[in-house]
Amino acid sequence: MSVYLIRRLLQTVALLFLLSIVLFALVNVAPGGPLAGHGQSRHVRPERAAILMRQFGLDKPLPVQYVIWLAGNDWMRVDADGDGIADSYGTRKGILRGDFGFSFRTRQPVLAEIGQRLANTIYLMAVTMLVALVIAIPIGIISALRQYSATDIALTTFSFAGQAIPEFWLGLVLLLIFYAWLKNPFTGEPLLPPGGMYTLGAEFALLDRIKHLILPVATGALGWIAWYSRFLRSSMLDVIHQDYLRTARAKGLSERRVVYRHALRNAVIPLVTVLALDLPYLIGGTVFVETIFAWPGMGRLYYQSALQRDYPMLLAILIIGAAAIIISNLLADVAYAYLDPRIRYN
Amino acid sequence: MSQTAGTATLTPGAPARVTATSGRTAVWRRFRRHPGAIAGAAVLGLITLAVLLAPLSPYDPEASDLSVRFQPPSWQHPMGTDALGRDLMTRVLYGGRVSLTVGVLVVAISLVIGVPIGALAGFYGGRVDSILMRLTDIFLSLPAFLVLILLSAILREVDAPLFERNNVLTIGLVIGVLSWMTFARLVRAAFLTLRETDFVTAARCAGASNRRLIVTHILPNAIGPIIVEATLGLGYAIIEESGLSFLGFGIQPPTPSWGNLLSNAQEYLTKYPWLAIFPGMMIFLTIISANYIGDGLRDAFDPHKVLKKVGEV
Repeated sequence: MSVYLIRRLLQTVALLFLLSIVLFALVNVAPGGPLAGHGQSRHVRPERAAILMRQFGLDKPLPVQYVIWLAGNDWMRVDADGDGIADSYGTRKGILRGDFGFSFRTRQPVLAEIGQRLANTIYLMAVTMLVALVIAIPIGIISALRQYSATDIALTTFSFAGQAIPEFWLGLVLLLIFYAWLKNPFTGEPLLPPGGMYTLGAEFALLDRIKHLILPVATGALGWIAWYSRFLRSSMLDVIHQDYLRTARAKGLSERRVVYRHALRNAVIPLVTVLALDLPYLIGGTVFVETIFAWPGMGRLYYQSALQRDYPMLLAILIIGAAAIIISNLLADVAYAYLDPRIRYN
Repeated sequence: MSQTAGTATLTPGAPARVTATSGRTAVWRRFRRHPGAIAGAAVLGLITLAVLLAPLSPYDPEASDLSVRFQPPSWQHPMGTDALGRDLMTRVLYGGRVSLTVGVLVVAISLVIGVPIGALAGFYGGRVDSILMRLTDIFLSLPAFLVLILLSAILREVDAPLFERNNVLTIGLVIGVLSWMTFARLVRAAFLTLRETDFVTAARCAGASNRRLIVTHILPNAIGPIIVEATLGLGYAIIEESGLSFLGFGIQPPTPSWGNLLSNAQEYLTKYPWLAIFPGMMIFLTIISANYIGDGLRDAFDPHKVLKKVGEV
């Protein structure tokens, strides 16, 4: 197991390294170059542009730029004032030391900006996932236990529909119903707020927070409910016909105990793996929900940065996203091996 | 397994009767037994037909008529009219041409990239396999939708001949380049098992070249899962195109697509909700149809599962 782990870790590092090259190249070969979205004016004088290029180190060959981006430039002389003479040491530490540079858009350090947004996204996604699982697990169990019954067919149809509804449309329809059409009978105000994390300017109130969560969570959770309930249904069906369950019944255990203690335990293992694989969506899967409901998270940050071509920010979010995917793949494998003693890696 | 498949009809008490029918007929017969798949095929067929017949509409999809702006759905305008007085149904149908074309294009591109990669990796194994699969891993580790946003945000500014301002071709290409990996993995897995089978060994002994083994002997036997995945892929591609266009990075107005129609509708959501309801409904119906067809095909190509479903195994 530990040999396997070490090998996987090495592969992970190699893969991350390759990905960083791919993503860096992607952003830097963009037409207009990384300066295209820098500053509001599109008509910067050529001599001014040349100075900017030198200041940002964009006049150097791409491989050199990549190394600087990766490892910083505080060990080499750079041309800080853009006059063509490299006369001082650089200040960048490089992403290996956690320096993702400054946002073109806000001129703040990229990481500082991402930190707060990431927390907001994780908050939203944690609630969404929790709600999704609490609803999906019973649906999956009931569907599997009553395979091909009317209940199962209804639930399966529901999950087919849930998987096919585009998130961005669902969000709009929910807004229409709960913000535009339904009113609070006492105050005449819209039943639910149209967006944001809380009422601006108001003091902290739990009810207010919850009200702001309902629509984004409902929009985000439906697809997950559909997917997890279908998934659990099929893994439950795989387990249900196995011999060890017949043995459990034969020795006189109650049906309840057989289902919840013996069957569910094994059926949940693949679900845990899938859950781990889905974790990266914490980073990027929320673009629609966050833009529709003005939720100040990573997804919306990425969207805004893409609109204004804020390359340092985009690159940072992409790298974090890719790292999240690779690490959660690793986690899923490890969790699988840990939960299912039949699996051995050599 | 290769050219013919036997179908077993089992009646309690009667001896099993096995009839040999051609594989294709058997698949079709099993597909027809899946009510969801048939309904899906019917709905998708209808949508395709309506979209093809879009030019028969009496309205121009792009000419505005401010005297009839924001008309609610009526007999003249079954889906109402938009902010510029354009007939929404006409625009939805033309938008459907765009969305469906992008979907088909994406599937075609992913097949063209994914199938050869998977076939070569699975057939040759060893070095070829590990290089091609590392490449696949890299693509799988990209946060696909974010990269999609980045690429289309960049390409939005490009005015190359054929690819000007995120037209159907650009968007199809960009999504396709990011969605071939499932096909590569699928085809590789199929090739890994098939290359060890007796009929392949027999063909090899008969002097078939590697190329012939791959193209005429192994690939046709891996076609089932490829078709299933292609159907589901059509659905994903349409969701991704409409998502991109919804955010403003995809197909650019005035060319309508289901996504950018929805995007425009956002602004008028509370006052003129039909603008949002109809395009979204079309996306939903298309995706759910594609998913049901895919589900039906999966069962049809995997007779064991169907028999299990009917309780015969």
